[in-house]
Amino acid sequence: MSFEPLNTVTSRTLVLTPSNIDTDQIMPAKFLSMTTKAGLGEHVFANLRYDAQGNLTDHELNTDAGKACEILVAGHNFGCGSSREHAPWGLTDYGFRVVISSEIADIFRTNSLKNGLLPIVIEKGAHQWLLDHPGEDVTVDLNKCEVRLPKNGGTYSFDVDAFSRLCLMNGTDEMGYLAAQDDAIAEFEAAR
Amino acid sequence: MTKTLFDKVWERHIVVPEAAANPATIYIDLHLIHEVTSPQAFTELNNRGLKVRRPDRTLATIDHSTPTRVNADGSRPYVTPQAETQVETLLANTKAHGIETHGWESDNRGIVHVMGPELGATQPGMTIVCGDSHTSTHGAFGAIAFGIGTTQVGHVLATQCILMPKPKTMAINVNGKLPKGVTPKDVILHIIAEIGVGGGTGYALEYRGNVFEDMSMEGRMTVCNMSIEAGARCGMVAPDQITFDFLNGRKFVPEDFDAACEDWASLATDKGAVFDKEVSLRAEDIKPMVTYGTHPGMGIAIDAIIPGAADNAEQDALDYMQLSSGEKIAGTHVNKVFIGSCTNSRMEDLRAAAGIFKGKKVADNVTAIVVPGSVLIKALAEEEGLDKIFIAAGAQWREAGCSMCLGMNGDIGAPGDLVVSTSNRNFMGRQGPGVRTVLASPETAAASAVAGVITDPRTMESAA
Repeated sequence: MSFEPLNTVTSRTLVLTPSNIDTDQIMPAKFLSMTTKAGLGEHVFANLRYDAQGNLTDHELNTDAGKACEILVAGHNFGCGSSREHAPWGLTDYGFRVVISSEIADIFRTNSLKNGLLPIVIEKGAHQWLLDHPGEDVTVDLNKCEVRLPKNGGTYSFDVDAFSRLCLMNGTDEMGYLAAQDDAIAEFEAAR
Repeated sequence: MTKTLFDKVWERHIVVPEAAANPATIYIDLHLIHEVTSPQAFTELNNRGLKVRRPDRTLATIDHSTPTRVNADGSRPYVTPQAETQVETLLANTKAHGIETHGWESDNRGIVHVMGPELGATQPGMTIVCGDSHTSTHGAFGAIAFGIGTTQVGHVLATQCILMPKPKTMAINVNGKLPKGVTPKDVILHIIAEIGVGGGTGYALEYRGNVFEDMSMEGRMTVCNMSIEAGARCGMVAPDQITFDFLNGRKFVPEDFDAACEDWASLATDKGAVFDKEVSLRAEDIKPMVTYGTHPGMGIAIDAIIPGAADNAEQDALDYMQLSSGEKIAGTHVNKVFIGSCTNSRMEDLRAAAGIFKGKKVADNVTAIVVPGSVLIKALAEEEGLDKIFIAAGAQWREAGCSMCLGMNGDIGAPGDLVVSTSNRNFMGRQGPGVRTVLASPETAAASAVAGVITDPRTMESAA
């Protein structure tokens, strides 16, 4: 699997303020029965986007402006709970390339990095600015590892490990890298 | 140099060490797979023309999408044709790749985290992964065990390795004497309430202190299972005689069991080893716990008053739960009770619930279902006559599976239902749209089923 290389993203932000948005909220379990990844963007945040009868709500996620957003800003501890990779699959299929929060759960973070979705943990002040300014044009520069906020909001750096960064910038996954370690793996197995 | 349990197990599995430019390549001893998070990984493997490197280190079962009822004609009422396709896809994939699979005919089929330990496939000192966040359960044996996504399921199938940076370590020390009627579920709900749902993010936990040393393997599994609800991918307990006694005689344990035990005993954290963080709690402070909100960190003692909302998200949670701060949680009307899940579906859990149910009836306003963790547990429970106790009380006795923990198989509540559940997550809508979940121990769940309202099990007689 590969994805579009990610270098610099400039986009309006879509903001979901609640903290602890879990992967059940991002992709409810009833959408996990599929055996492919196709079309999960339609189901992402289904509980916000569809009413009990299955009709579209007027949530921003259902608007053209929302669908054009490539940067999702979310409350503290985004992506907690289940390990379902259907969550980042749904987010990328919807069109997001970046998710920014003040804390992002480990498994979701790992899964995102493997699907061309950049998870950014940013300092609290910048996070609050983003929560308070939905819909602003924000630039995420993976080359410099910085987030640039408009309107004198400032520039903030973020951490991403060198390996994941390279994979994201080249649009490559890790399978090739791991498979190339075949000799080392065989050696490890033989030595046990 | 002194080392922690986590450090020792981690170091035994480094294939390529971590460096500035790359994460560590870590060897995986046991890969557990199930129908939900593996199909896209097998597709990826097939597309690339790759084989499963170590089918002998891979073990499969079906649990999430499986019905817990059987039709009169013996057929299984899948919730959707897609759910059946998913199960069939797993069975076809594992057959094609020569992976031992515990499907419908197996006496060991069950929730993947119940099955692994039951077969003795889960062992101290191992690295264990599964495309399921509750893989942390296996840490109860002193293994590094954690959930992974489907991309990494593919990596492990193909290379038996994953890439990951080393997490930090956190000791959770609980010492003292647990008050009467306090269960392992209450201990872990108390811990999560103390450190928060994100408190363990980035850490591997080690549960330490006499409370865990004195706990059964079932109890340790319940505790480690919910490490992820504090944000920690993995939680461990040092292997000891209780661990070895549990494993002795099981299918997959090493032939020279004594030698293995000697090695496993050496894995315990060295005296004086330093953790990146330590949290110490007093056993005496723990009471039977229930949750009142929409994440597992919103837990309180069952005799406590519902606290005020700290922020908008907590107020939204209270509104969703139709609960008000300042009121008692005990006495809240209950519609359904679910006893099961990888957290609380083992013999000890079923015995505890049966102790409460014995000679009593489920209240008229409650539907109670009891779902054993595996086919083996179902058989053992029936041998002990626990099924008769549940049925006599008016509870439903189902086939093994994940069932109502996440409701993928169609076992869900109706909108607005309040469900007292022995599972691990009280997220909004997890047990069905609009369903309100209250997490609790098997004892509390059973007592609440009988009383028809959330009930402190210490106020009810138990035959257990």
